[in-house]
Amino acid sequence: MTVQELDAIRQSKKELIDVRRLVKEQAEKLAPLTGYRHQVLVCGGTGCTSSHSAQVIEHLEKTMQECGIDDVLVVKTGCFGLCALGPIMIVYPEGAFYAQMTPEHVETVVRKHLVKGGEVVKELLYKDTVHTDGTITPFAETPFYKKQMRIALRNCGVIAAENIEEAIAAGDYAAIEKVLTTMTPDDVIKEVLDSGLRGRGGAGFPTGRKWSFAKASAGDIKYVCCNADEGDPGAFMDRSVLEGDPHSVLEAMTIAGYAIGAHQGYIYVRAEYPIAVERLKIAIAQAHEHGLLGKNILGLGFDFDIDIRLGAGAFVCGEETALMTSIEGHRGEPRPRPPFPAVKGLFGKPTILNNVETWANINPIIMKGAKWFASIGTEKSKGTKVFALGGKITNVGLVEVPMGTTLREIIEEIGGGIPNGKKFKAAQTGGPSGGCIPASLIDTPIDFDNLVAIGSMMGSGGLIVLDEDTCMVDISKFYLEFTADESCGKCNPCRIGTKRLLELLTKITEGKGTPEDLVKIEELAEHMKSSSLCALGQSAPNPILSTLHHFRKEYEDHINEHHCEAGVCKALLNFSIDKEKCIGCGVCAKNCPVSAITRTDYIAPGHKLASFEIDPAKCVKCGVCQSNCKFKAVSRK
Amino acid sequence: MKQCEAAGACGSEQRKKLDAVIEASRATPGCLMHILQEAQAIYGYLPMEVQKVIAEGLGIPLSEVYGVVTFYSQFSLKPKGKNRISVCLGTACYVKGSDKILEELEKQLGIKCGECTEDGLFSIDSCRCVGACGLAPVMMIGEEVYGRLTPDKVKGILDSHREASK
Repeated sequence: MTVQELDAIRQSKKELIDVRRLVKEQAEKLAPLTGYRHQVLVCGGTGCTSSHSAQVIEHLEKTMQECGIDDVLVVKTGCFGLCALGPIMIVYPEGAFYAQMTPEHVETVVRKHLVKGGEVVKELLYKDTVHTDGTITPFAETPFYKKQMRIALRNCGVIAAENIEEAIAAGDYAAIEKVLTTMTPDDVIKEVLDSGLRGRGGAGFPTGRKWSFAKASAGDIKYVCCNADEGDPGAFMDRSVLEGDPHSVLEAMTIAGYAIGAHQGYIYVRAEYPIAVERLKIAIAQAHEHGLLGKNILGLGFDFDIDIRLGAGAFVCGEETALMTSIEGHRGEPRPRPPFPAVKGLFGKPTILNNVETWANINPIIMKGAKWFASIGTEKSKGTKVFALGGKITNVGLVEVPMGTTLREIIEEIGGGIPNGKKFKAAQTGGPSGGCIPASLIDTPIDFDNLVAIGSMMGSGGLIVLDEDTCMVDISKFYLEFTADESCGKCNPCRIGTKRLLELLTKITEGKGTPEDLVKIEELAEHMKSSSLCALGQSAPNPILSTLHHFRKEYEDHINEHHCEAGVCKALLNFSIDKEKCIGCGVCAKNCPVSAITRTDYIAPGHKLASFEIDPAKCVKCGVCQSNCKFKAVSRK
Repeated sequence: MKQCEAAGACGSEQRKKLDAVIEASRATPGCLMHILQEAQAIYGYLPMEVQKVIAEGLGIPLSEVYGVVTFYSQFSLKPKGKNRISVCLGTACYVKGSDKILEELEKQLGIKCGECTEDGLFSIDSCRCVGACGLAPVMMIGEEVYGRLTPDKVKGILDSHREASK
């Protein structure tokens, strides 16, 4: 394909894509030019697919056929972000945002809205888009979307993820055209360097510097790698980019190949993401067909190809040297650095490795310029960051905000606060390598350096909200179980350290801890941080250290008072029945799995039957009695 | 198990497929992982006999193959159930009580995580995040994701799979 042909595709689908980006009135004017009265976008990301969006599409097409509708386009896109409300369906040009669709709902929308002269079905819209007076706001104006700024996710939920022509019309491959026609490799590196883009995978190393090191390394063979081994549990932004806009990653890797002088790229992706893998395969095949990968790209004389390598479930393979060892087909163990991968990486050749979200930022930087990108964010953290908002929060989903947005804005405004009237306790960022941010620091502007300063880290962008029902000792133990399990075993500080830390934490959660244990934990943690081979071991103590710092009293309560305030640590719990409240119905005794509940002789005043009591020696603290008692007579202390 | 005896045997359908995979990939640098993934798709797991075939096919020591197999959690040395249950124990699911889902599954099936029921119908494993955090807590049975779970939903889901497997 030539540059002219690329431009022809761009123009032919321009209106089609623009309708999905414009506000209602403008979009309505434009819609007739597309040949479709309506466009129905249905999310085909993992979240919505899991809530059966495929059935929604099937039902939609079937009902449309029954109604004789042939001028409405159905598009399967990537993630819209608001996963909690899936499956989601957006109808353009109105921008009507239908949430939690069922086959019945689909039928209603087709018959009342999509038919000629139909109208938006207000009852089925996402509630935040309908005002109390019945008027409708565009979803972009709702609290969840209003504060977001979509750069990396610019095309996610806008284009058909398996259609290269829509990707081109939405702007993909414009940057490779610009790079190959007007820029030298040094220009490209300078642009990325000046933008201030830092790696979105966790550590925040300046991307441009990585590229310039690799360019400076001597050698004919170099490699470009994409880290799509999103191992941090609770983070799914990389998956969403791959599912929603895979071409943005392919294009950016090609640009990097041109910049450093590489002709081969590898994408290392988790096998646990079948939809992402499938879309990547389709995207690579389409890019080949269109001459956007392979020999002589766009007829401009540059060769670049990309292969996919599947991971096999090892968290440590998110570490750059371990990832490369794994691509080479070995046990994914990290290697000491230096030599850094930019000098000696994959198959011993100079290599750059960037994370999916980092790659997704490259096209806008090239197209809009470093200056534009650097104007967004904070002094040392430029651009935006995508967070996977999860845990005890109303709007679970994917959000992209400028660096420097406060935790309060993310949790209270975008996230819609904590459900069930519970209190916010802490936010966990950075996964097993990060830490917990307490409620007192909720106004901290989030960027790479601020998070490190308060004992956590950006990580890949998982943001798990914890409420008052979460025990901070238990949550550190949860992370230590994870790192102890995932430690590759190559170096002692990590292999033995994680195990010993986990033992100490287990002791504390069982009420057997001593004050000296806290001293031991801190000492061991420091050793692990300073002497582990890779980031896994160096950062494994972070969840404990940050919770010890911000929630020390909880640890001390477990040790000194044998008390778990959140009521999570089973060994420290005692269930008892309030004799005065118990009406003697016996539901608790019937449901007790270990027959620990028996009837007493005592009949409380006003009640007819004798009350029950729990034998603490038999009780296994499962909590079944408490959840079954309708009279709140069972208490947990 | 029948499958087990046949594993690696010359001339079987599975063996033919495996040989073809090895032949097609051996020239690619770093092909071992790919071959193991394909082999597991063919046999359902990676018994020692299959590992030997791969080691000989690639001309590398068996210890190297075994080292890679035991490093990655995706590879299994033991056969799995017809319905492979995978409970997400990622953070988002954990704080929403996925440990209680796992407990209920273990209770219902009478096996522990990592084991397979005697009739070969179900096996339970835990996994770290399938990326469907919006639906936490979740589990997968085969390729199907079940979200917004509560312990009382577990029995019904297992029954529907029992029914479908008849």
